[in-house]
Amino acid sequence: MFALVLRNLKTEQRVALLFAYIVRRILATIPVMGVVAIFVFSLLYLSPGDPAAVIAGDHASAQDVERIREQLGLNEPFLTRFGTWLWNVIRGDLGTSIFASLPVSHMILQRVEPTIALTVCSMLVTLAVAIPMGVIAAWNAGTWIDRLVMAFAVFGFSFPTFVIAYLLIFALSMWANLLPVQGYVSITRGLWEFLPHVIMPSLTLGIVFIALIARMTRASMLEVLSQDYIRTAQSKGLSTVQVLLGHALKNASVPIVTTIGLGIALLISGVVVTETVFAIPGLGRLTVDAILTRDYPVIQGVVLVFSASYVLVNLVIDISYTFLDPRIRY
Amino acid sequence: MTATIYDEAPAAVLARASLREVVRRHPTAIAGTVLLLFMVAIAILAPYLGTIDPQAIYPIRRLRPPGADHWFGTDSIGRDIYSRVIFGTRVSLAVGLSVALLSTAAGLVIGLVSGFNRLVDAVLMRVMDGLMAIPPILLAIALMALTKASIENVILAITVAEVPRVSRLVRSVVLSLREQPFVEAARAAGTRSGRILVRHILPNTLTPLIVQATYICASAIIIEAILSFLGAGTPPNIPSWGNIIAEGRTLFLVAAYLILIPGIFLSITVLAVNLMGDGLRDALDPRLARRM
Repeated sequence: MFALVLRNLKTEQRVALLFAYIVRRILATIPVMGVVAIFVFSLLYLSPGDPAAVIAGDHASAQDVERIREQLGLNEPFLTRFGTWLWNVIRGDLGTSIFASLPVSHMILQRVEPTIALTVCSMLVTLAVAIPMGVIAAWNAGTWIDRLVMAFAVFGFSFPTFVIAYLLIFALSMWANLLPVQGYVSITRGLWEFLPHVIMPSLTLGIVFIALIARMTRASMLEVLSQDYIRTAQSKGLSTVQVLLGHALKNASVPIVTTIGLGIALLISGVVVTETVFAIPGLGRLTVDAILTRDYPVIQGVVLVFSASYVLVNLVIDISYTFLDPRIRY
Repeated sequence: MTATIYDEAPAAVLARASLREVVRRHPTAIAGTVLLLFMVAIAILAPYLGTIDPQAIYPIRRLRPPGADHWFGTDSIGRDIYSRVIFGTRVSLAVGLSVALLSTAAGLVIGLVSGFNRLVDAVLMRVMDGLMAIPPILLAIALMALTKASIENVILAITVAEVPRVSRLVRSVVLSLREQPFVEAARAAGTRSGRILVRHILPNTLTPLIVQATYICASAIIIEAILSFLGAGTPPNIPSWGNIIAEGRTLFLVAAYLILIPGIFLSITVLAVNLMGDGLRDALDPRLARRM
């Protein structure tokens, strides 16, 4: 009876500690997003040219421009403007595009689907290819298999995304005539319409990511495979697969998952390029268009959305450690 | 089975090893270094390598495929791609080298200071964390949107994007060194903080920093090409590999060489820098080599 109470208490304490850790971790993202917000706001504040003059158009009088300045609150001091802007952002109002005259949040929502589809597909490709590659390389460390995987990793890092994209287009579209060159079809139009358009972009986007994860998996597996408990597992007579997956990979997973989270930054950078090459109307393309037209509210919006999703993914990953690895203290 | 695949070769032993020994131990690193030196030679000797003015326009000879007259063909307004690619080497290497130097210098100062002063550390590292939350290419693009296109601005924008990572690295090295017995000994002997920083901490941060600098160089070359490719980088009147590819983008179905040739130069250069970085890492820091 007493033992039971003690155990329950322990569980409760564990839950309380876990909860406290999660809250702490969430709170820690606030200063990070604060810095991002200040940076993003400063973009507009420091941008050359007067937004009021742009909105008023070529034929506006000085009074018109002044009236618009007053309306937009551009005459207010920096901190007041930042406060107003931040409050609007928190409420989901990212401002209005200078060129499209549409709410930025609306434009982002319209473009978000292809980008999510693309990143999810490349993530799946990456995990399916990179982790087995890393595990096999670590198991065969020092052999030609290992060298092949490492060579691939170095090449994957060195070939810029757009070079890979065009190489794939030349090989798979123009030479083998297997896949459409460009364009995007939404998954809502059916899987068989969607897949051909997403294979090459996901591969393009995935290669540098595969290189990164394969390398990290190999390194982390090497570390774990030298531990005593692996030898114990082997001498118990477990099969290679059981040792590799059940004992080694499980214990090697934390650095791999961390790298996946940090690698999202690579993925986001890659999205901007990949969508441009393959003419996919997603957030990356929106970013490039906004840069070329210097549509600052849109630039602010996409930088904010991309950074927030990056921080959010890494938050989720940090919290997931507590479930992946019970040895981690919180 | 696994731990012994890399023999732990202390840097001192390597330093004494003969050149032949170094080549035998690090064939890929040597290959990378040789390739990179070759690229540097191309950049320096660009005007003497049979090139013509990379900006000279000959509309009558536009879109010629690679051949005897134009080794790498011509673009849509008749400019000689061979000359443009050769001169483009200068842009990529200049950007890569400048960003590597500037960002390691800035990161070193930020990292050293914040590794030694808690208050500065708290403020600076929050700022660095925030900047690291913005993907580097996006950060560079956003900064480029603020200024007019020029090589100097491209270098600055990429540097700002790379500094947070270097500062983090230096800071973590400083933090671990600060607790080392030799630093404690120096402090016990009455050495001032500034002197400890310069004489005892700084030299020990250089090894990881040199390795990091090569990777930054590679990444800066890629980011410059991407910025130019997207139209937010090096101004179009300067031939850079990214610009040549950007101009060939709409023509890639008819003139693949406009993309492939600068793309190959770009990839080989980045590969060379990366191989050299891996070699340096293995030679200077065997412990790090085993982890990666």
